[in-house]
Amino acid sequence: MSEPKPLGRDDVAHVARLARLSLSEAELEMFTDQLARVVDHAGDIAALDVESVPPTAHPLPVRNVLRPDEPRPGLDRDEVLAAAPDSEAGRFKVPRIVGEAP
Amino acid sequence: MRPPAGIDGGAGDGGAGGAGGNRGAGDSATGDAVARGSGATDWETVVGLEVHCELKTQTKLFCCCKNAFGDEPNTNVCPVCLGLPGSLPVLNAFAVELAMRIGAALHCEVRPSSFHRKNYFYPDMPKDYQISQYDEPINVGGWLDLPDGSRVRIVRAHLEEDTGKTTHQGESGRIHAADYALVDYNRAGVPLVEIVSEPDIRSSAQARRYVTELRAVLVATGASDGRMEEGSLRVDANVSVRRAGTTAYGTRCEIKNLNSLRSLGRAIDYETARQIALLEATGVVDQETRHWDESGGRTIPLRSKEEAFDYRYFPEPDLVPLVPEAEWQARAAGSVGLLPSARRQRLVGLIGGAPSAHQVDQVDVVVAQGLDDLVVAAVAQGAPAELALVRAANELAADLDAALALDPGSFAQLLTMEAQGALTATQSKAVLAELIAAGGGDPAGIAAEKGFEALSQSSLAAVVREVVGANPEEWARFLAGEDKLAGFFTGQVMRATGGKADGKAIAAELRRLRR
Ligand SMILES: [Zn+2]
Repeated sequence: MSEPKPLGRDDVAHVARLARLSLSEAELEMFTDQLARVVDHAGDIAALDVESVPPTAHPLPVRNVLRPDEPRPGLDRDEVLAAAPDSEAGRFKVPRIVGEAP
Repeated sequence: MRPPAGIDGGAGDGGAGGAGGNRGAGDSATGDAVARGSGATDWETVVGLEVHCELKTQTKLFCCCKNAFGDEPNTNVCPVCLGLPGSLPVLNAFAVELAMRIGAALHCEVRPSSFHRKNYFYPDMPKDYQISQYDEPINVGGWLDLPDGSRVRIVRAHLEEDTGKTTHQGESGRIHAADYALVDYNRAGVPLVEIVSEPDIRSSAQARRYVTELRAVLVATGASDGRMEEGSLRVDANVSVRRAGTTAYGTRCEIKNLNSLRSLGRAIDYETARQIALLEATGVVDQETRHWDESGGRTIPLRSKEEAFDYRYFPEPDLVPLVPEAEWQARAAGSVGLLPSARRQRLVGLIGGAPSAHQVDQVDVVVAQGLDDLVVAAVAQGAPAELALVRAANELAADLDAALALDPGSFAQLLTMEAQGALTATQSKAVLAELIAAGGGDPAGIAAEKGFEALSQSSLAAVVREVVGANPEEWARFLAGEDKLAGFFTGQVMRATGGKADGKAIAAELRRLRR
């Protein structure tokens, strides 16, 4: 496993873009510093020998939490749409979408 | 995070959802068909398919909302599928069962699996992420054998939730020119299994055969209703081309919006030609996601690789690992119905002896339409197998829903009457149409009502003699060996009898007179 490269300003700008956050130059500076320290901390684990430890997908010793396939009534549509900024013809109305669904 | 070896590469992008695709195509593949290029060189088309199958459950994947097509918009929604704060997903056991049935039918291995969040901003998912299986899918490996003898390997078949439905509103109705969009979340959270094939497909025709066979398999497992027109089966195609005889894969493009077998075939043909032209002119194809424009008959780019999505997959903290016990796996595998290949065998067995090429086609059609149970039942009640097969393939497919409800006893009785010469083929088809419309009935009664009675042997012979006498010149040529005039005489006899004569009986009578 190669040594991970330290977190830089570009990484933070990229993550901010993915999260649709617009950051000022000063904020970018501040978060790069803060995030680098967080990532550094997580990097401590690289110093440990975890060869014999299987990857853990979940911290709880629980598997197969399932429910039967039986329908139950959901929410009232009018109530749901009333909570939305805008609606039309029983549907949520959203701004014009640029591009296509992933 | 790196998916384990063996599930990477192939048509999938190694992740769920099958979009993006930053990676080149994976390992080596089988296949041999060669596509002819525009120039002197032969090119080979290489296709891998991602088929999204909506599962036929009562409820959604992670909540108890009804899974139903065509309901009033936003009437099957709850805090979970609307992504309201504080709500928690709970996995639907029957969706897992159906996923394992699909795995069993495709010879996959069921593995311990887990769920990830695939993050993106798009209003079709109110949570801003889709829950999908990423590096630990429930089904891994496998294959599907096609009726043409080819085998398409399966990379994986994993569980994920469907997205909501967005409708773009605006003057032109086109996505880019839309003023705003309306969203219906009834479909958000509906369970899907995404079946990812290796790039083993070598032509548009083979791609269509693969989807046709896969659809029949999915219906047989009880997992899907197979209704492509309602979007319960959706296909994305990864298409690339390479010089015939080479083994390295070319750069692929992913084609979306393939809503029918026809679109699938047309899109692959278009994309093949486009890529060959590009390679012959510039030597380069850009890897990108493209949208099939059905009315324009072309693919158009959606986004280039520079803006490829970064989904920031991470383990879904609200769901625990799924590890179906062996007993459950066996139960799921045991409830898979008779698969299409076995059903085709069953029909071929009814014919006895090697089927003709026509009969092979008929068997394919009958099984693909799900009419084989009817044929088997009719034959069990005395219908001649070959006749039952040809009528099912040619006459019943037109109004499938009605045909599937047809009483096998009535069908058998009609075919027996026809085989015994009591009805001509034309008359038999007319009676069959009535039987289908009514779901069954008494074929003899319907025939009598319509005034259908086969011509007796003696009256047919009289009509044939009359027609021969009226056309001495043609008859002389027929006697001299001009066989194609048999058609002329058959037509004349049909006209004289108002269609009541049987074509085979006329031919026999003509042969008798010629001797
Ligand atoms: Zn719900």
